[in-house]
Amino acid sequence: MSLDKATVSNIAHLARIKVDDDQLETMVGELNNILSWIEQLNEVDTEGVAPLASVTGHPLPLRADGIADGGYPERVLLNAPDRVADFYSVPKVVE
Amino acid sequence: MTDLLSLDLAAARDALRDGKISSLELTDAYLGAMEAASDLNCYITTTPDKARVMAAAADQRLAQGDALPLDGLPLGIKDLFCTEGILTTAGSHILDGFVPTYESTVTSQLWRDGAVMLGKLNMDEFAMGSANVNSYYGPVESPWKSRDGGNARLVPGGSSGGSASAVSARLALATTGTDTGGSIRQPGSFCGIVGMKPTYGRCSRWGIVAFSSSLDQAGPLTRTVRDAAIMLRSMAGHDPKDSTSANLPAPDFEAALTGDVRGMRIGVPKEYRIDGMPAEIEALWARGIEMMRDAGAEIVDISLPHTKYALPTYYIIAPAEASSNLARYDGVRYGLRVEGETLDDMYAKTRGEGFGAEVKRRVLIGAYVLSAGYYDAYYLKAQRVRALIKRDFDEAFGSVDAILTPTAPSDAFAIGENDDDPIKMYLNDVFTVPSSLTGLPAISVPVGLSDRGLPLGLQLIGKLFDEATVFRAAGVLETAAGFSVRPAGGQ
Repeated sequence: MSLDKATVSNIAHLARIKVDDDQLETMVGELNNILSWIEQLNEVDTEGVAPLASVTGHPLPLRADGIADGGYPERVLLNAPDRVADFYSVPKVVE
Repeated sequence: MTDLLSLDLAAARDALRDGKISSLELTDAYLGAMEAASDLNCYITTTPDKARVMAAAADQRLAQGDALPLDGLPLGIKDLFCTEGILTTAGSHILDGFVPTYESTVTSQLWRDGAVMLGKLNMDEFAMGSANVNSYYGPVESPWKSRDGGNARLVPGGSSGGSASAVSARLALATTGTDTGGSIRQPGSFCGIVGMKPTYGRCSRWGIVAFSSSLDQAGPLTRTVRDAAIMLRSMAGHDPKDSTSANLPAPDFEAALTGDVRGMRIGVPKEYRIDGMPAEIEALWARGIEMMRDAGAEIVDISLPHTKYALPTYYIIAPAEASSNLARYDGVRYGLRVEGETLDDMYAKTRGEGFGAEVKRRVLIGAYVLSAGYYDAYYLKAQRVRALIKRDFDEAFGSVDAILTPTAPSDAFAIGENDDDPIKMYLNDVFTVPSSLTGLPAISVPVGLSDRGLPLGLQLIGKLFDEATVFRAAGVLETAAGFSVRPAGGQ
């Protein structure tokens, strides 16, 4: 499995990362090296092995679905690059 | 007290309680050392005013005889921990100007216990790296110099490079780090200090900038094993704000340092003898085995058959989780924003400019292995191999109490070396990643010097939530090794 320029460009679009054309070629090479190194996992027989997501086996706790925090818009918006009243502002999405 | 900086954490704690020194003079000594060694680039932000206020408050408590566990002890904090009112960057351009309005659980517990904050420590961007050369704020330099390398500037290891270099150069009494695949232990080995990664779930991840949520763990970097035990007790404990935080009390880890390992069974895994491992690493490992045997431990040969698959497994799981975690950096709510014509354009430009090369690589790998059609082949496959790696350890721990291995496959290298080959850089973590994937507690203890006169550490791995045994064995290894060499640079 080898990635070409178009595929890497598409992944970059999916990840919303602008990659300049002159960097794309290098990136294709690097990603292919990493992926081909990862391919060695295919040697491992994992038939019937359940995927491991939690290492400690502790059950995840549940809590009541209620509001436990909030009510301080100034703190929430303190780091906003741009704001209008109590909202974050972004470039216009709908004409 | 002529040399305040020579006191380790435990000694400084006792001197403060006995009224022999004040926190303010100790804190000022560190602030002075930090300024004098600013060339090492350990700190991204220093907080001298806050440090003096905290020190003065500690001195008051100490004078009244109500000393808190870490009262008046000056610490450095990896810049991955959110600190209220203080710039927090994760070593990334994309968090430009980000000042959290909240405090991470781990750091809040350090302040609760009276510690003094010196500043925020440099690190690989988003904790991705093994040499601390991936920081937007420039590389961190180790205070160590190679005997044969002229005056080459050496890496401190990574990603907690600032944390390790600062402890080694005596620019903090102890520091916090985080470890996702070796980011506390490998820099600990490179800098000749102790680095402890506790069990996954021992420390709350709340308020720590997330990299790979099923792997990230906070832990201390210190001069001694005892100092690590003292630090971890304050850092650890259940936190309802992190659903993966273990509902267990934080034990008195210092009490585990009995100095006695008679009858303890120490496993030596044959698969850690990797191809091309330098002879000096083999020799150091053999010496460590001898030290434990001489102390009365029983050495047991064990097998961890899936060891060689741990790194490729890690490089699917960690980037996958990173690509998802780092989706939040979009220029909308905090940090860097690069204006664009459309919202999408703004996202892409912000992330294109805000992330460094290694972060981009990992986010793209992660996005790819999670994408439709590849999820099963890569991500689920890796989770299955991860289960086999865990099974290896479960079986081994049926016959041993702890496992002894090298920490890293080499000593420190020069800044700029290994930069052109990501996989070569990844191999630094070959011995630390397996215990990360399985959540096991592991510590790096400085044991000797390489032929070039640079520190080398050995790693002890324990059972889940059995840090006590890890500390006990590490204390014995530390005493037997008697590592006391100081770096040429720093204070």
